[in-house]
Amino acid sequence: MFASLQKRGSDLNSLKFNLAKLRYRPNIILSILFLVVFSFLVIAPLLQIIYTSLTYQSNDLRLVRDATVGDFTLYHYFRVFTGRLSRALFYKPFVNSLVVGFGVTTMAMVLGTLLAWVIVRTDVPLKRFFGAVMVIPYMMPSWVIALAWLTIFQNGRVGGTPGMLTSMFGIIPPDWVSYGLFPIVICLGLHYYSYSFLLVSGALWTIDSQLEEAGAIAGLTKPAVLRKITFPIVIPALGSAFVLTFTRSMGTFGTPALLGLPVRFFTVPTQIFASISARNFGDGFVLALVLVVMAAVAIFINSKIIGSRKSFVTMKGKGFTSKPNRLGVWRYPIAGLILLFLLMAVALPVIILAWSTLMLLPGDYSLSNMTNHFWFGGSDFMIASGQEGIFRNPGIWGGVWNSVRLGISAAVINGFLGLLIGYTVVRTRGSKLSKSLEGMSFAPYVFPSIALGAIYLGMFAKPIGPIPALYGTFALLVLIVVVKNMPFSSRSGISAILQIDPSLEDAARIQGVPWFKGFRKVIFPLATSGFIAGMLLTFITAMRELSLLILLVTPKTRVLTTIIFAYQDQDQTQHANGVTLILLFIIVIANVLVSRFYGTKSVFGLSNT
Amino acid sequence: MSEIILKSIKKSYTETPAVWGLDLHIEEGQFLTILGPSGCGKTTTLRLIAGLEDPDEGEIIIGDRILFSREKGIYVPPEKRQLGLIFQSYALWPHMTVAKNISLGLEEKRLPKDEIERRVSQVLQQVQLSEYRDRYPSELSGGQQQRVAVARMIAAEPIIILMDEPLSNLDAMLRVDMRAELKHLHHDLSATTVYVTHDQVEAMTLSDKIAVMMEGELRQLGTPREIYSKPADLFVARFVGSPRINIIEGRIVSETDADYFHAETLRKPVGSGLDFGVGQVIATIRPEDIHVSKTERRGWLEVLVYSVLPTGAETIVTIQKETLSLAIKLGGFTDIEMNDAIWVDFDAAKMNYYDPKTEKLLRSV
Repeated sequence: MFASLQKRGSDLNSLKFNLAKLRYRPNIILSILFLVVFSFLVIAPLLQIIYTSLTYQSNDLRLVRDATVGDFTLYHYFRVFTGRLSRALFYKPFVNSLVVGFGVTTMAMVLGTLLAWVIVRTDVPLKRFFGAVMVIPYMMPSWVIALAWLTIFQNGRVGGTPGMLTSMFGIIPPDWVSYGLFPIVICLGLHYYSYSFLLVSGALWTIDSQLEEAGAIAGLTKPAVLRKITFPIVIPALGSAFVLTFTRSMGTFGTPALLGLPVRFFTVPTQIFASISARNFGDGFVLALVLVVMAAVAIFINSKIIGSRKSFVTMKGKGFTSKPNRLGVWRYPIAGLILLFLLMAVALPVIILAWSTLMLLPGDYSLSNMTNHFWFGGSDFMIASGQEGIFRNPGIWGGVWNSVRLGISAAVINGFLGLLIGYTVVRTRGSKLSKSLEGMSFAPYVFPSIALGAIYLGMFAKPIGPIPALYGTFALLVLIVVVKNMPFSSRSGISAILQIDPSLEDAARIQGVPWFKGFRKVIFPLATSGFIAGMLLTFITAMRELSLLILLVTPKTRVLTTIIFAYQDQDQTQHANGVTLILLFIIVIANVLVSRFYGTKSVFGLSNT
Repeated sequence: MSEIILKSIKKSYTETPAVWGLDLHIEEGQFLTILGPSGCGKTTTLRLIAGLEDPDEGEIIIGDRILFSREKGIYVPPEKRQLGLIFQSYALWPHMTVAKNISLGLEEKRLPKDEIERRVSQVLQQVQLSEYRDRYPSELSGGQQQRVAVARMIAAEPIIILMDEPLSNLDAMLRVDMRAELKHLHHDLSATTVYVTHDQVEAMTLSDKIAVMMEGELRQLGTPREIYSKPADLFVARFVGSPRINIIEGRIVSETDADYFHAETLRKPVGSGLDFGVGQVIATIRPEDIHVSKTERRGWLEVLVYSVLPTGAETIVTIQKETLSLAIKLGGFTDIEMNDAIWVDFDAAKMNYYDPKTEKLLRSV
């Protein structure tokens, strides 16, 4: 009796103690709050996907007579994996995705690795310039090159305007050049090489050239040094690049949609889009789960690779030298080749897009056909279905406004949340809270954008508890972009906090500065550079986001990317290409402004892995 | 009232215990040094007092205020403990000027502006850095950064001063100067001070009392003199003093007039009033407590010189004889040379005896 009373007393005291402690660590409370809300935003969608895929949907009633909506069924799984339609629904798109994935990854890795080696480890001229320009494709939406491709190679077979080749030279490119696998691989390869480039050049920077010299002294020839010394050291980076590029290219939507859909070349993401557009949610979600599982496997493999990377400690504090390999007579020819490549991958698409917006009749490249109507013209029902020129078009201006404020809101919210999460994860390292925060904030990475968009469409169409129906609101777009970008912003938050010596904050507390003020006066200013870089990254990602938003926008909340997609869909290429240029322009301006004000050199570091 | 009382403090990280049942009473105004090798729990103890870490069990009391007691439900965060702490890395905020580094904590106390200004100027003058007030930490030398950290601490007028290896990042010359400055500072402020170091010279030169820690346990608490001349166990004996204390295995033999310590041909009376009983023991003697003669003396031990190491102020002579290996400290230079035969004698009153099993100091029963 007495003992139990005493025990209750000590329980009470221990509660009192923990409360007293929490009072002075508001970050813990905020993080737990975040964890709860975020779990809802991430786990609920996953459960919803699984639930939907396992129950009859109203759409299934047409095909299955005795079905009741909401009943448990494996119907969708049979339909997708073994049914009569499984070939069209799953196997063909899946094989296509795999082929696209391998094709793109091979091309991107060869390109990226070669370029990285030449730029980091040789005496090629214009190194700094190349290094800076090399990451531009990464800033552009991945489908910009696809738009440019269509402008050149479209062959008119599926209707619409023939491309430059046909109109200028009368050459009609065969279907496999215009549409489908081949152009998809080329366009995505020209975009995704930047991952390999960033990762491999990061690894190459850490190689002490004394290692290579030691090899040379041991009697190895130049190619042997490359093969036996340099290559093994960058293998882990190559592994990461492979996993990253492969999953990204398998899950991407824009390019396969633009280049594949006209010839009914489906990949898994475009098949998901098609299923969901046709309101076959069950099928769509089964396919989405395939992508989720693949992404999860890839993350697992990647973490294994990164885990083993620690065994290569190449960076030494002392005596670090980086002596470039001499290219000899090949110096200038190789620089020329890189320049040519950049011209094709960066300059040419932009020039072609710009040019095409100046043509009154698409495909007529004569000077007399030049017009500024698509930029400045008023509404003319003879041209472009009466669409006003881009600068006079309230719909486009609305899109600019929506895109910019979406980018800024997401950047600010993601930035602050990322920093808070980073702070709590790093400072409570080893605790359950730290692990679950890190894991949960990384979880959205496994969702294909298109699937996440579809779920949010379903989830927020009606009010949930105190939350009103968000469908059709701008808030929903912000919410989904914030969720989707959380993996990257929490990563950059973590790395920003890791660079701050904890004693700086301890000193503030000892000096009598309470937590919040210490955070504001010490942590925040010191984290700024990493923080701003993370925000810019979020801004750019939000600006170029298409598949995440395409199912959620309404006429009021249209953003630039969905406007572009709609114009392209209606074959109004001048408008589509023009708006794309505006989008690129905004991204470039944002980049320049941020680097001007904050002097952040490379925004596109490895934090995005 | 600013004595510090630690009551049966326990703290462990994931698996390894860092501090294991520590009881420590630091009197008001005392300069206490916690001395020990890295990983002994000394920095953890300091951080526990500061509130930067929380004990798993135990109580921390400063003056008449309980700062921490899980059992009683009491937690006072570091910002309310009114302590000063000098970090090993100084922890100066790199984005703030020297003056701002000092005033940030004062602003939080809601002091009037001119009072803050007065204090900043005063402490900067005290550490002789008045002309550096608008510099950033990165523009200062290591010694100057150290002094800014001191200035920042004293400006807040703490009741307790904690220092975590504050001299370890300075070069050897500066370290000696700063030692004198810190001792003087403690004298001026007469605040209770806890100083953590692995450097026994710092501990000896600065402290009123030294607490030697090893593997999370307090091995000995005493004045520098006690620690040096009567180490409580062989660990403390070895850890304090340079060159290292001499350790001789032998046995106590009871003879007609008294007990004697025997090792090799060595035979020393244990000293009057001491009585450990007979059997195996380990004896220790400091290098400076061994006398040397170049000519044969009765009862002295003849040995061969292994090496002669003069440093200027003193010369270390090492000798070896069978299992015996000794270091001897002589003042100034000596004309003893390698391989010379010399005779040595031990100052029996300065010898300590330890139990070979427990390694604890044997005290007379």
